[in-house]
Amino acid sequence: MTVTAMTTADEVPAPVSVTMTKALNQALHDSLAADENVLVYGEDVGRLGGVFRVTEGLRKEFGPERVWDSPLAESGIVGTAIGMAMAGMRPVVEMQFDAYAYPAFEQIVSHVAKMRNRTKGRVSLPITIRIPYAGDIGGVEHHSDSSEAYWTSTAGLTVVTPSNPADAYSLLRESIDSDDPVIFMEPKSRYWMKDELRLPVQTAAMDQAQVVREGSDVTLLAYGPTVRTALSAAEEGADHGLSIEVIDLRTLSPFDDATVSTSVRKTSRAAIIHEAAQFGGYGAEVAARVTEANFTHLSAPVLRITGFDVPYPSPKLEEYYLPTAERVLDALESWDWEL
Amino acid sequence: MTIDVPTSRRSLPQLQPVSFIGADGQPTDAPTEGLSIPSDRTLLGLYQKMVQVRRFEAQVTHLTKQGRLATYPSAAGQEAIEVGATTALAPGDWLFPTYRDTASLLTRGVPVTEILSAFRGDWHCGFDPNEYHTSPAATPLATQTLHATGFAMAAKLKGTDACTLTFLGDGASSEGDTHEAFNFASVWQTPTVFVLQNNQYAISTPLREQSNATMLADRAAGYGMPGIRVDGNDIAAVFAAVTAALERGRDGEGPTLIECLTYRMESHTNSDDPTKYRDSEEVEHWKQFDPIDRLEKHLRSAGVLDDDGAEEIAASAEVLATAVRDAMNTEAEIDPAELFAHVYANPRASLARQQETLEAELAAAVQS
Repeated sequence: MTVTAMTTADEVPAPVSVTMTKALNQALHDSLAADENVLVYGEDVGRLGGVFRVTEGLRKEFGPERVWDSPLAESGIVGTAIGMAMAGMRPVVEMQFDAYAYPAFEQIVSHVAKMRNRTKGRVSLPITIRIPYAGDIGGVEHHSDSSEAYWTSTAGLTVVTPSNPADAYSLLRESIDSDDPVIFMEPKSRYWMKDELRLPVQTAAMDQAQVVREGSDVTLLAYGPTVRTALSAAEEGADHGLSIEVIDLRTLSPFDDATVSTSVRKTSRAAIIHEAAQFGGYGAEVAARVTEANFTHLSAPVLRITGFDVPYPSPKLEEYYLPTAERVLDALESWDWEL
Repeated sequence: MTIDVPTSRRSLPQLQPVSFIGADGQPTDAPTEGLSIPSDRTLLGLYQKMVQVRRFEAQVTHLTKQGRLATYPSAAGQEAIEVGATTALAPGDWLFPTYRDTASLLTRGVPVTEILSAFRGDWHCGFDPNEYHTSPAATPLATQTLHATGFAMAAKLKGTDACTLTFLGDGASSEGDTHEAFNFASVWQTPTVFVLQNNQYAISTPLREQSNATMLADRAAGYGMPGIRVDGNDIAAVFAAVTAALERGRDGEGPTLIECLTYRMESHTNSDDPTKYRDSEEVEHWKQFDPIDRLEKHLRSAGVLDDDGAEEIAASAEVLATAVRDAMNTEAEIDPAELFAHVYANPRASLARQQETLEAELAAAVQS
């Protein structure tokens, strides 16, 4: 992954250890500082700084008219953000957990996604809806859903999910600046992941997938929490002589067909990894479009390595549910490698 | 443990609706809640608009029955609320209507063709919301109440004096979004006016099966917001209540809920059959409370309207009806490529490919 500092070479401070939470916090801070129309509100995002502390300190610095705690009602949070965006604001709202975004489903699907088209482009809704998602944090029920397919199957929404601190900063800044509404999905299990970097940082543009490890035998497509899984599988695969290329999709909608197809045509084999259940999941779309675009270049069917088609389990069972590097490698072994 | 008990709270509105002009055109002895009747000059202007929107709706309903429009939800009988509330708005205020509020769009100055675009099937919203300071009419019930609240919050944060007004119905008052909007607006003290048109029916479901509250305006008290109940067929009462609520909003005193008692004289839409759920006696009963008849009586007895004046106004309504017919007899230009044009601000390659597919289909169809 290419990481470019925005400052010039002679004044570059040394990289420091930055968590994804800190990177997101800094992105919100810098967006608030850059544009007075940017607002941050949601449940417990003010005084507490959010249950994951992503908004920590923002209320104190920018005041309760820019960053505040809203009543506890997600449809109300998104519905009012629509009105604010119509009035020229750029609201950034937080859904406290993936499953707690569902009360806002109607506002997101019927209005956030459709307002621009409905009004022939006269009313854009530059809203960023931050959704902490996915599992592997020992969360109780309703705290570990992977809800991305609900959003990616809705035209009008841009769906973004970073897998590392640098992208978390850069993609959130770009999402807030975008005139299109963005569902910004933050992988909870990666919140505490640290990278050495300098903020502010600008990584690749939002609509570009990134090859994060080069390989020649297989293309693993991953996003958010499963990028780490894919990289582990690639590491282990290398020990067994398997050269695995890993692509971090970064943005789920739009899908970067070009980057993915280039890789798949090189390796001739592809698999998509996600935590969400398989049936009707995002991986089904990826497998279909990769196959449609590259059928004659493929040596094997595109695999989906995912959670099972069951509700997300309780903490003591999640290790059996989540796709692991071992499950990935086992799945790759199922291919006929003679072809 | 000690619990702080508040020393006061919002009182419930009066049961009897505020009304200035009775069904017979005479002054009433109903409560006024401190409101004053608008001037006869103002009332004459409101009368003309009501006559026009009624003619407009009758014409559109007729054209729908002829198949010129896909569907049409008439607000006949509710003109006093549509016209009275909308006219009270300042140009810089924003209106957040529903699908039944085409009369309010007309009052707001939106051109006929642009209003009817949605029902003719040309495009979901035919007008520019920024030009008329009017949101696209919301079809998912009650969702627009939150948009009105958010817009008003932004106006408050920006320090403008813009207020927002949103319509909702008795059916929509059961939706969660209504309650969230009442709560957000009151907590944030946004300059928002909620005009609840209680027309007694949600398609076919009567009010008594919708809510067990003594009256819908009572709900305001629970959110710490003033509520008021007015005779929704008395435009003097509607105009005065909305004007006062907008003033409260502009003065930084937050939102107001106004329940307007009225009756949906027509079916829900042209595809509805109201004989299945209400009898004609009930409809006949409500005719005596007609908002236009009573105002005409009042204006005539006040000496500001005579036969000539009434004829002139009726003639202006006919001009409008002709304009509606002409507009609906002219086919709108439909461009299939526009399917793809407005979905995203940032263009998508995948959409461009799908547009090419459609254009190839269309080119092939022309050749064959």
